[in-house]
Amino acid sequence: MDSAFIPEGAKRCSTPVFFFWTIPWVMLLAFGGFSAALCLIFGLNQTHMSDVFAFALWIVFDLAVIALGAGAFFTGFLTYIIKKDELKDIINAAVIIGFICYSGAMGLLAIDIGQPLRNWFFFWHANVHSMLVEVSFCISCYLSVLLIEYIPIIFENRKLDEVKDFHFFGHHLHHIMAIFAATGTFLSFFHQGSLGGMFGVMYIRPFVARWGFYIWPWTFFLFILSAIAAGPCFTILCTKLTEALSKKKLVPDNTIQLLAKISGGLLTLYLILKILDTYAWVNGILPQAGQGLSDFGSYTTMMLTFEIGVFGIIPMLLLITPFTRKSNFWLIIACLMNCTGIVLNRYIVIIGSAALPVMPFDKLWTYMPTWQEWGIALGMIGYGFLIFSLSYRYLPVFPKEKELNSF
Amino acid sequence: MEKTETHHGHKYGMVIDLDKCTGCGTCMVACASENNVTVRSDETDKERSITWMKLYKIDNGKPFPETEVCYFPRPCMHCDEDGHGGHHSPCVSVCPATATKLDHNTGIVSQIYTRCVGCRYCQAACPYHARYFNWWDGYSFLQPYSEGMERALSPEVSPRMRGVVEKCTFCHHRLMSAKNRAYAEDRRELEEGEYITACTEACPAQAITFGDLSNHDHEVYKLSKSDRAFRLLERLNSKPKVYYLSSKEWVKKFADNYTPDQIQPATKKEI
Repeated sequence: MDSAFIPEGAKRCSTPVFFFWTIPWVMLLAFGGFSAALCLIFGLNQTHMSDVFAFALWIVFDLAVIALGAGAFFTGFLTYIIKKDELKDIINAAVIIGFICYSGAMGLLAIDIGQPLRNWFFFWHANVHSMLVEVSFCISCYLSVLLIEYIPIIFENRKLDEVKDFHFFGHHLHHIMAIFAATGTFLSFFHQGSLGGMFGVMYIRPFVARWGFYIWPWTFFLFILSAIAAGPCFTILCTKLTEALSKKKLVPDNTIQLLAKISGGLLTLYLILKILDTYAWVNGILPQAGQGLSDFGSYTTMMLTFEIGVFGIIPMLLLITPFTRKSNFWLIIACLMNCTGIVLNRYIVIIGSAALPVMPFDKLWTYMPTWQEWGIALGMIGYGFLIFSLSYRYLPVFPKEKELNSF
Repeated sequence: MEKTETHHGHKYGMVIDLDKCTGCGTCMVACASENNVTVRSDETDKERSITWMKLYKIDNGKPFPETEVCYFPRPCMHCDEDGHGGHHSPCVSVCPATATKLDHNTGIVSQIYTRCVGCRYCQAACPYHARYFNWWDGYSFLQPYSEGMERALSPEVSPRMRGVVEKCTFCHHRLMSAKNRAYAEDRRELEEGEYITACTEACPAQAITFGDLSNHDHEVYKLSKSDRAFRLLERLNSKPKVYYLSSKEWVKKFADNYTPDQIQPATKKEI
């Protein structure tokens, strides 16, 4: 039925099968839309956020998907600036995943603020001292860059490519993609960092406060490193999932291996710095504030152990060891654990800083999201599956697909 | 006298004598009434209830008959900046839309409701929980329970809309009124006691003193130098302009955190 739109030579499932595949994701998206409408009409009282949990599930989701979407800018940087040509086979997928993550995060943020119609105040009344201004500026600009990177892929659709203007526009955009990749890299470095900086600068919250370099606390650099270590793994995971569902090989092994190797190297560097940072925090910042790690309870220590030990060191070892990296099973386990580790890191930073009291007579706070909060978060997952499914079906996302599947 | 506005770098602040505070809650009521703080029919959710002035109850953790109780009124601390190229006020520096400002002429940390985007970053940055988000529409046609309540509103203070953050302003409108009166009387300076907050005025035990912390003649300045004086979370260097007075060591220790080798905090050993 829609065969005219499917990339030439590519095999896709029948239209009815694809239709049924999209139903759950459309339903999730609709659920998210309904939850968002409730929040926009009746206000944020629809959530279980509070004056204590000012940042909650949505911010955890935001920071997590933005970190996981870092594969887009980092792969772009490696492909167009460092000239790692093997990565051209996966760059389209990375860009689409990045676009999904960033656009979804922006949508979430628009609902998360109390006065969505004042979103332009971030730019109009910008406070240059605020890390959130840096985040807003860079994410908005980078989303535009991602759109510019995504448009040529859309124009490569068989039918759209027949339109001469689209063809030329897409073709010429391809030629100057290095400029956008460089711009994207610059913007992404700053917003990934300032997301970490947002928490590090809160010097009156000893749980997240960090010293740093110039105006940037160490969390600034740790967030950049952790994002570029986990982002490529998320790109690999999405690719592997697409391969499993379509029962096809889509990306050459050397491309995946290169990405996994780089990810492993960066994860090693990140973990060394993260362990040093944790040591300095426990022995410097906390005693200065009159606190010790034991004040945060065994749950916090356990979570930190899980984050650094289980979901940090284990995937690092799996990724840097050639034997495990080359095994499909261990590679997927390593990528899953690496991505879990970064989500856990963002969760601990955000929820921990809110839940743990600073005033001695304050108490430990707890929080459970409402179904509306889950609805919007799940809606974002539905949105992601839908966009990626549509892109895979109708666009030449994987350039080597035809070659790898010709018998 | 020339009628021009002058700035002398005042630093308005508050001293709360915990030895005098009875925990009656009049300060909370006076504050809410003065500043048009919204009231809902159900205020049981204390994590979303707006109380610019909040009263904490603490005790020494000892069993009867050695039990001692102290009430801790907590307004906004109006944190100062370091002044030596160091920290800004915790909430002021993080606000992305410049909706909260530290006025260097008064020391008051203001909140501009019409500019607040409701991102709540300032709330995350404030360890005193002194900032409150409007989770519901306040005095609005959207909230039937508020019908008629607008008649009790003070015309001096703007009510807040849903989705913005609000907090104690040290009754800034009272400063404006006092300045207007002084201007009309050809005076350049305010007398001590001419500008005080609603909680200061209402406290039946006179536990709250308000004035200019930079004026050595003011009572607040003298009290802030007392041996009984301390501030909340002083070691975090947020430089609050609210001082507390207490003659009890266990109360003073409640104001900050200590590791076991620094001091034996009463809070952790005795509870």
